[in-house]
Amino acid sequence: MPGKLKVKIVAGRHLPVMDRASDLTDAFVEVKFGNTTFKTDVYLKSLNPQWNSEWFKFEVDDEDLQDEPLQITVLDHDTYSANDAIGKVYIDIDPLLYSEAATVISGWFPIYDTIHGIRGEINVVVKVDLFNDLNRFRQSSCGVKFFCTTSIPKCYRAVIIHGFVEELVVNEDPEYQWIDRIRTPRASNEARQRLISLMSGELQRKIGLKVLEMRGNAVVGYLQCFDLEGESGLVVRAIGTACTLDKLSSPAAFLPACNSPSKEMKELPFNEDPNPNTHSSGPSTPLKNQTYSFSPSKSYSRQSSSSDTDLSLTPKTAPYPQGRRIFLCPRSPSLSCGSLHLKKSCLLLSESSLTPHHSSLVSPVLRKSVSFSEELFLAASGMGSGSAGKEGGPFKALLRQQTQSALEQREFPFFTLTAFPPGFLVHVGGVVSARSVKLLDRIHNPDEPETRDAWWAEIRQEIKSHAKALGCHAVVGYSESTSICEEVCILSASGTAAVLNPRFLQDGTVEGCLEQRIEENLPAGCGFCHIPYDELNMPFPAHLTYCYNCRKQKVPDVLFTTIDLPTDATVVGKGCLIQARLCRLKKKAQAEANATAISNLLPFMEYEVHTQLMNKLKLKGMNALFGLRIQITVGENMLMGLASATAVYLAALPMPGGIQIAGKTPSDGSYEQHISHMQKKISDTIAKNKELYEINPPEISEEIIGSPIPEPKQRSRLLRSQSESSDEVTELDLSHGKKDAFVLEIDDTDAMEDVHSLLTDVPPPSGFYSCNTEIMPGINNWTSEIQMFTSVRVIRLSSLNLTNQALNKNFNDLCENLLKSLYFKLRSMIPCCLCHVNFTVSLPEDELIQVTVTAVAITFDKNQALQTTKTHIEKSLQRASTDNEELLQFPLELCSDSLPSHPFPPAKEHLESARSNSGIPAAQRATSVDYSSFADRCSSWIELIKLKAQTIRRGSIKTTVTVEKASPMGEGNFRNRSAPPCANSTVGVVKMTPLSFIPGAKITKYLGIINMFFIRETTSLREEGGVSGFLHAFIAEVFAMVRAHVAALGGNAVVSYIMKQCVFMENPNKNQAQCLINVSGDAVIFVRESELEVISTQQPTANCQQSCAGGEVTT
Amino acid sequence: MTSELDIFVGNTTLIDEEVYRLWLDGYSVSDAVALRVRAGILEQTGATAAVLQSDTMDHYRTFHMLERLLHAPPKLLHQLVFQIPPSRQALLIERYYAFDEAFVREVLGKKLSKGTKKDLDDISAKTGITLKSCRRQFDNFKRVFKVVEEMRGSLADNIQQHFLFSDRLARDYAAIVFFANNRFETAKKKLQYLSFGDFAFCAELMIQNWTLGAVGEAPSKPDSQVDDMDMDLDKEFLQDLKELKVLVADKDLLDLHKSLVCTALRGKLGVFSEMEANFKNLSRGLVNVAAKLTHNKDVRDLFVDLVEKFVEPCRSDHWPLGDVRLFLNQYSVTVHSLDGFRHQALWDRYMDTLRGCLLRLYHD
Repeated sequence: MPGKLKVKIVAGRHLPVMDRASDLTDAFVEVKFGNTTFKTDVYLKSLNPQWNSEWFKFEVDDEDLQDEPLQITVLDHDTYSANDAIGKVYIDIDPLLYSEAATVISGWFPIYDTIHGIRGEINVVVKVDLFNDLNRFRQSSCGVKFFCTTSIPKCYRAVIIHGFVEELVVNEDPEYQWIDRIRTPRASNEARQRLISLMSGELQRKIGLKVLEMRGNAVVGYLQCFDLEGESGLVVRAIGTACTLDKLSSPAAFLPACNSPSKEMKELPFNEDPNPNTHSSGPSTPLKNQTYSFSPSKSYSRQSSSSDTDLSLTPKTAPYPQGRRIFLCPRSPSLSCGSLHLKKSCLLLSESSLTPHHSSLVSPVLRKSVSFSEELFLAASGMGSGSAGKEGGPFKALLRQQTQSALEQREFPFFTLTAFPPGFLVHVGGVVSARSVKLLDRIHNPDEPETRDAWWAEIRQEIKSHAKALGCHAVVGYSESTSICEEVCILSASGTAAVLNPRFLQDGTVEGCLEQRIEENLPAGCGFCHIPYDELNMPFPAHLTYCYNCRKQKVPDVLFTTIDLPTDATVVGKGCLIQARLCRLKKKAQAEANATAISNLLPFMEYEVHTQLMNKLKLKGMNALFGLRIQITVGENMLMGLASATAVYLAALPMPGGIQIAGKTPSDGSYEQHISHMQKKISDTIAKNKELYEINPPEISEEIIGSPIPEPKQRSRLLRSQSESSDEVTELDLSHGKKDAFVLEIDDTDAMEDVHSLLTDVPPPSGFYSCNTEIMPGINNWTSEIQMFTSVRVIRLSSLNLTNQALNKNFNDLCENLLKSLYFKLRSMIPCCLCHVNFTVSLPEDELIQVTVTAVAITFDKNQALQTTKTHIEKSLQRASTDNEELLQFPLELCSDSLPSHPFPPAKEHLESARSNSGIPAAQRATSVDYSSFADRCSSWIELIKLKAQTIRRGSIKTTVTVEKASPMGEGNFRNRSAPPCANSTVGVVKMTPLSFIPGAKITKYLGIINMFFIRETTSLREEGGVSGFLHAFIAEVFAMVRAHVAALGGNAVVSYIMKQCVFMENPNKNQAQCLINVSGDAVIFVRESELEVISTQQPTANCQQSCAGGEVTT
Repeated sequence: MTSELDIFVGNTTLIDEEVYRLWLDGYSVSDAVALRVRAGILEQTGATAAVLQSDTMDHYRTFHMLERLLHAPPKLLHQLVFQIPPSRQALLIERYYAFDEAFVREVLGKKLSKGTKKDLDDISAKTGITLKSCRRQFDNFKRVFKVVEEMRGSLADNIQQHFLFSDRLARDYAAIVFFANNRFETAKKKLQYLSFGDFAFCAELMIQNWTLGAVGEAPSKPDSQVDDMDMDLDKEFLQDLKELKVLVADKDLLDLHKSLVCTALRGKLGVFSEMEANFKNLSRGLVNVAAKLTHNKDVRDLFVDLVEKFVEPCRSDHWPLGDVRLFLNQYSVTVHSLDGFRHQALWDRYMDTLRGCLLRLYHD
């Protein structure tokens, strides 16, 4: 009996009137957990009852603690008839089960009724006393932390990234049970809510067990989904990435947080480099804690580590051979042989997967399946890809071989992360995806969900083989989804094939040269673009060039990925959101015939989606896509495809050629004219886009020339490239004649339509940017204002003469208008960027298309661009130094010491002005003395330290101002600070964002995962303002309930928020509607950067007084 | 292609002040869209009419949902469904309860009953304010009235506490409630020149001095709220006012009063002769108004009487405001020198307020 759950019901407010006669309510509360129920007294005649109950205590297994939600029901006492339910509150107590998360849940919760919505609020306090249970056969997994965030959470450090975890549980859907015919809609909805709550608790516990088995302590990028399969049941499935995380010792104390992840991650030249050997001197030793490492999953872990002990050399102890340029020399025949062999197997694999294959019946349930590889489309759409330079080839093979040996032991080397610790990602191969059409059948035995498991296993296997074909051993940015219509279900999985840094593997079979390889890749910031596959045996025809950045390796001409833009990537200009939209009519059919029809349509849809994406990418004058998400939705009589991605111009990739239009009949004069008119329009658009997104690559090549890296020979090559690219900018039309121009053939009206639709996409109004990744490439000076929103639109198609074209146009207009509306609504936030724009399409009925968008608008400061690039460096440096405290302390002490005596003018942002100041020499001296060992390594290092010293100095001015009220800062103090001051209102502000960070703030604590499922139903649709009124109110209520739960946990924000499902059904004739919403996110406490600076600068002062009495050099 | 459903929900509820104003003014969605188009918003933002339509609908829906909460503003503060920054909440409340001058002049002093509500379409036609807006304003008055009707303590404070108004708005509502409760006549033609501000000013003075609350707030027992009722005039006080009649009924007293005033003002008043000639009439007027206040009917006609008996005679003789002030000051002060008059305190309580009111009412 390892846990005691304690609940106290304090009070209620704003209750509805339940007794018409008195206009009052006699309310009491039932508290239920598992099978135990407690009741409060009846509080007579009040809409604001004060129960102030005793502590209700539940003694329960921790298994139950994980699975069961706490259920609180508010009722109106009725002497003569049955008591009327006012509403319920479900509280997930999971966050109380981790040691570092919330300790108490206390606050006002909206009382929710599935028919009436929110009806007042109730104040509840919940606590859990956990007893330690060391039983190794336990079924619970308390203590495993869950994060929705798809990167390593901000105040943690990844020690080991173990890998993929997945689980699914199935059950009968209460809505489809026989009993549903006799019970009320309310009872049915509540049964469903409760069941899903139970199932997700169970799922989380099971995943937790898997993580514990892998010796991890957390799941990052946890994504849980529901498949409402109707008659055949309810599936709750989840995927995630198991990790071992370490809490950063004092995350808030020193870090003046990062405005954006990009800033934060800029630390990488220093701290990501855990190999002490690359630096000749000692001071880098503290860095070695930084290692990120893999461990092979599950059962393999022990086996492999024991057998490889002699070989395994952890970075800490390894005596590495000298020579970072090793990759140039190892060209021993034996190595290349190995690589060839490997390549062959890859090729075979890729060939087999190139043709869409229909797998045979695996089980009676699986009747038809289709799957095909992404590469087919990459190739067909002319997307290029490249391979390493000759020197790199054999080495690459070796690397692949070695890492594969480690990764292949895993069933699925998949990672749900989309952003990675620096150095983790070595190469990116491209997008891999697989889809399969299945016919649903009743799940006979809920305890053995084999068929569903088998389906997913099959798809994952396919993804894995695709990745292999691309020369990659892992898949990152991995996600899975389904689309269900009646009994047909499309399962989809996609991710980005990648080569990961094997240095992090714990069973160090691959040491030596791999280290150097990373070395070589990092300074350029282009390593991830280099092709992982072999040039001579490419999996698909592609266009390769030497990397425009380092000139050493081959890169493809276009790169598609599902991950976020790596923070070290060099990007030219800004990015933008790109969408490909597509509809295909299909005949209504039953069962197998239907599945076949869908299977046959799918490849064509994928092909067209890719063509559209490629065309639009070219039209923007960009060369890479990040965050690509292709959603195929199945309806009764049509299929919809929607692909969203963020386009950017990667400096490492070649300049994209223009789009050339070719007509079919060159003889016809007017036609020719028309074509050339179109051609001109397209070229104009490209030119305009380049200006709009500030794509100005020649500057970049200049920079490269200025840098000392390229050798003479390469430099000449670079110069040539510069002239080439400038050519392309000035005379766009000319470039179409070149080999890299992209030819669009207009051979029928369809094609014409496509070209037209290309040109109809309107760019966002000035001051607006949009992307579907975490942050907008090219913008980094975010200000703190954020606005998360959800927008839903449903259109009804006129059922007459539906053609593919009309359908496409309707769908296109729907999406474009929706975007336009968003821009209009948020115009007061200009300049701002819509980040993480997430479109979801569903086809609830024959002629209905529903599009749901969730995104966040973040304001940024246009004028601060210059300044931020600077603070950028400062910040990153501080970050870097924080990670190894030894480095941090001394400069901090010195500088803060010199400071109070030198009140600097507030405008010492510039190095020059600071230098003129008397304080600087001291700092300079300090740094040069302390870091003399670093000096030879990198001269800019010193420069950066100076910058850092300056930042600290600037900070401490503030200290002098605030020193009066400053008191020693403890945890408690942090908490106080983090609570948003809300003078007038009693309701604290809770921010919500789909991003993993909050601009201008530092996340100091993760309080646990929020995963909520709600059903709302009405039988008075008209009275509630029609469908719009109904859904508007419901979504507002869902937000309110999420905020209330976060606030009760002591948090002030939800990050990585996602609305995973919004299923809306209406029946206007019956005046009824129903909606199901599933949301999740991470509850956090954040502290504003401005508040943090005060704290952070106080710390050094304190330190100084304690430890550095003699430090008063300048005073 | 028709849009079946079109919504936008922000974590922070978006409030467009312009649309809010249109909504409050009672325009339908299509009228509001037309007005926004006329204001040139399409040109400014490059939006399309469809976008504007959708945006307006969305805001209207939000306001409609907020309206329920606005009926009890503290609920707006405590509710969890709409996350609105405090400054925006204040704006929502203030604007929702704001009223049109033209409208309030029509309703001021009328009983806030169903009967009056029925007349709203006439008021709407007369003032050009949409019926919807008239209804909202009327309902606001009535709602505030109902809530504070039975409450003890300062009227304005009660209103502020229960509706979270700004100072200014709370005082205006106090005046509206006070007038509605005492049913002062304000609609007569000769009162048309008076603004709501004039009446509100008088109401404040009367609340301060002539109500039960005014007695309660006496320095002797500052915290006592036993009889602190601001809504009703102090009946006892009104009864006592009869005693003032002696000032005009007793001929000697009246003559003495007149001569004292004339002596004091000789040479200081531009309209001295007119004053001298009219003194008895004016004094009779003012004192008779006081003496009549025992009857409810006469209380209602207070402002009519004041204008008839004092403002109009002075105005017809073209008294400048300065002279009116000098006269009224002297007129009320001089009473203290009348040995035979024993109701000095009563006189002050009456005259101080009346003097303030008259000065405010005295304009064109």
